[in-house]
Order: sequence, then structure tokens, then C-alpha cells
Amino acid sequence: MEIQLYQIILIFIFSCIAGMGSVLDEFQTHRPLIACTIIGLILGDIQTGIILGGTLELIALGWMNIGAAQSPDSALASIISAILVIVGHQNIQAGIAIALPVAAAGQVLTVFARTITVFFQHAADRAAERVNFKLLDFLHLSALVVQALRVAIPALLVTVFMNAGSVQHLLNSIPEVVTGGLNVAGGFIVAVGYAMVLNMMGAKYLMPFFFLGFILASYLNFSLLSFGAIGLIVAFIYTQLNPKYQERPQTTTTAGSSAPLADDMLED
Amino acid sequence: MSETIKKLNKKELFNMFVRSNFQQASFNYERIHALGFCFDMIPAIKKFYKTDEERRLALKRHLAFFNTTPAVCGPVVGVTAAMEEARSDGEAINDGSINSLKVGLMGPLAGVGDPLIWGTLRPITAALGASFALNGSIFGPLLFFVSFNLVRLALKWYGLTYGYRAGMGIVKDMASNTLTKLTEGAGILGLFVMGVLVTKWTKINVPVVISQTTNQAGVKSTMTVQGILDQLCPGLLALGLTLLMMYLLKKKASPILLIFALFGVGILGYWLGILK
Repeated sequence: MEIQLYQIILIFIFSCIAGMGSVLDEFQTHRPLIACTIIGLILGDIQTGIILGGTLELIALGWMNIGAAQSPDSALASIISAILVIVGHQNIQAGIAIALPVAAAGQVLTVFARTITVFFQHAADRAAERVNFKLLDFLHLSALVVQALRVAIPALLVTVFMNAGSVQHLLNSIPEVVTGGLNVAGGFIVAVGYAMVLNMMGAKYLMPFFFLGFILASYLNFSLLSFGAIGLIVAFIYTQLNPKYQERPQTTTTAGSSAPLADDMLED
Repeated sequence: MSETIKKLNKKELFNMFVRSNFQQASFNYERIHALGFCFDMIPAIKKFYKTDEERRLALKRHLAFFNTTPAVCGPVVGVTAAMEEARSDGEAINDGSINSLKVGLMGPLAGVGDPLIWGTLRPITAALGASFALNGSIFGPLLFFVSFNLVRLALKWYGLTYGYRAGMGIVKDMASNTLTKLTEGAGILGLFVMGVLVTKWTKINVPVVISQTTNQAGVKSTMTVQGILDQLCPGLLALGLTLLMMYLLKKKASPILLIFALFGVGILGYWLGILK
């Protein structure tokens, strides 16, 4: 498949958006589910983009930026793997094999970008000294350019220099035992993401609810949506019945009302 | 006369809300959201202070270290604006008390925001979206994008306006039961769904044959490791692997290292024929 000039431009623009999105972490344009879908749309194969996005999203489920800690780079990984899979007519498994090394490389670039932005912070100190509101606004927003280019430049290079032949050549040079193994590993690498989320929740005494979900889903063939509803109901019931959330006045009134009752019974 | 009426109007609050959607634009390892917070506050600083000297001090006040979950920064921005308003009206509020309120709020808010947003809202909406996307349905990405962002934008807007209205009263609200109740409820939902995902969406298959028996009718039955494990409980290996990963992450193993280690396990297992 030949990539047209307009597609290269659109990929560059979206890569900028996803790069900015990955530092802002607001609209989630950097998540595989969104990024792969958009790249698929641009390259005329949205179906592959959506499926690859869903697959990578599950692997990246627990990738998150907490405090100053940096997660693997889902923006660059999603964009590069979607381009290579669609242009090189590869299967989804090949997409996983491409995405993970790219995510690791992207993480290094992200750390670099977030170090460069210290410069913007210092420039802002000087702008505040001169009460220059416009310059402060400009400095804050222009820091996004660093993040945009961090993703857009590698994506542009891949788009321009890769074609179906070179992608196939690249992937064919990988021995079968490696691609087969990656395929197998793709099934359980998600465990790392789950573990990241579970550790972050940090509430050991609530872990029984994790095991409850596990046992129920191991034996029941419900949809994810219905399990979500069950989880919501369980959470409601727990917080409603938990004595520590009972209002103080309520307990005194029940105590007060039960006391006269006991008196009545004694009189009888 | 106009000096006395300095309440932020809806337009200015909306401006701050829009700005707070760029909270992390200049994220840096030195002061994290410092410039972002100052950026959020600019409409309020312009409104409350008219002299250059006052404005300079206010800007510098809000270029101090700040960091919280971006989706829940609203209440802090709101309450800080309320304090700046009171200060510009001549109330005795010094730099220290504004800064200590910010620092005092950002920790507990991140304590609520991280499990709520990154531990519950995003994994659940993303997993739900992915479950449709795996079948190639555009509904999947749309569902994720719309539902996540609706909640996030609502938190930002109502958080900001609530913080501004409540002012210092927010400290009392933060200590109330409602917040812990919400965090705990979200935690239960998040953990429950994680349990579901671990067994539903992790694929491990160990096709190693243990015994092959032929019964009287001549039907061959094969017993594999996976078959036995499934009889004990389906998803047992996935659970064990997840718990192992939790342990290793707690021991400070880097996530990307673990991912590559599992890749190695996959390749080795495939080569030896014990994983399929």
C-alpha cells in the first residue's frame, strides 16, 4: 500500500495531538483504543485500527502516570504499530511485537522531554517578575510543542521510510520461535497492567472484592457490562451497610427509640 | 466603587476551567504542575489585583511546586481563587496560608483521584471499550472516549465551581465521610472488575500431556496440565501470575522490565512446547 502525501500530513498532525495528549492525560488521545483507531481511519483501514487498538489497550490497561513516575509510552507505540500493521499487511500479533519495544523507547524520550520543560518553568519565573501574562500563557502552552514533536518526528520517519516490502522484510527476518513466543506472551502480558492497577489501589482489606470478581467470572459467562453492574451494586451495598458511614444522630435515635420499647416490655 | 465587586463571573470561571484542561502542558521534573497552576489562576489574578506589584507577588505565589491527579485539580484551583479574592478584599491572609492550603489539599485529593480515575474510571471504561473494539466495532473507542471524558469534564467544572463557592469550608468537607465513602466504593468496583478481567482476558495454556488412557469403549482420553488446572479453577494461572507481578512491582521491579521478562517466558515456553 502506497501512502499518499495527505495521509502523511494527517498522521503528522494526529501524532502531534497524541503526543500532547500523552502529557496532558486529559482527553486520552494517546491511548491505543483512540490512537490506533484514528491512524486506521487515516490509512483507510479503520477496522484493523480498532482491533489493534482494543488489543493494545488491554495490554496497556495499567500504564499510568502517578505523581512524577513515568509509564511506557502508549502514544508512540500505538501510532507506530498501527502504521506498520496496516501498511505492511501484518496481523495483530505482529502489532504487539512492534508496540512493546517502541513503548519502552518512547518512555526514554518522554523522560527527556519532561526534563527539557524545566527550561520553560525557569523562563516563567522571569516572566512573572515582569508581570507578563501573555508570555506566561505562551510558555505554558508552547511546552506542548516538545511533547508533540517527541511523537510526531519518529512517526513521520516511519511513515516516510517504511513501505509494505520493508516491513515484511523486517518482520520476516525474525525467527518463527520468536514470533510464536511473542504471540503466546501477548496472552498473559496483560497481567503486568492488572498488577499495576491493583498495587496502586493500595487497599488490602478490600482485596476480597478482587477475588469475588475473579471467582464469579471464572464460572459465569456474563458480559463485562453486567459484571460492572454487579460490582457497582456490591460497592453500593458495602458502603451503605458499613457501620462507619452511619450518621451519628441516626444511631442515637435508634438507641433512644429502643430504650422506651424495652421499658414498655418491662412494664407489661 | 467597582473595586468592591470582585466576584469571578461565569465567563471567568469557564476560562479557568478551559485552562485547567491544560494542567500538565508544561509538566516538568522540577516543579511538576507549578506553571500549570499559575496558568489556571491568571484570570483570577487579573480580576482581583490591579497593580503590577500585587500581580507580580500573586504570580510568583502560584509558581510553587504543585502536583495532583489532573482530573481533580478543580477544587484546589477554586478554593485558591476564593482565598485570593478574600485577600484582595483586605482580609489578613498571608502567602504562607495560601500555599499551605494548596499543599494540604493536593495530597489528599491525589489520594482520592488516583484510585478513582486511574484505578477505576479509566480501566473500566477502557476495558469496556476494548471488549467491543476486539470485534472491530467503532462503538468501542467511542464509548471509551465519551464516557471517560464526560466524567472527567464534569469533575473539573463542578470541582472548580464547588471549590470557589465553598472556600475554606472545603477543608471540613474533605475530612467528612462522603469522600472516603466515594473512594472506598470506587475501590470496590475497580477491584471487582480487575478480578473479572484477570480471569476473562488473560490467556495462558499449558498443553503438556500428563497421561493418556484408553477406556473399555476404546475412547482415548488425554489429561493435560491445563485440563487439571481448569478443573481446580479456571484462570488459576492468570491469578497466580498477577499476584506474582504485584509482588515483584512492590519489590521495585520496573513494569517494562517485567513485560520483557514475560516476553522471554513466552518465547522459551513456546520453544520448549510447554506454552501454547
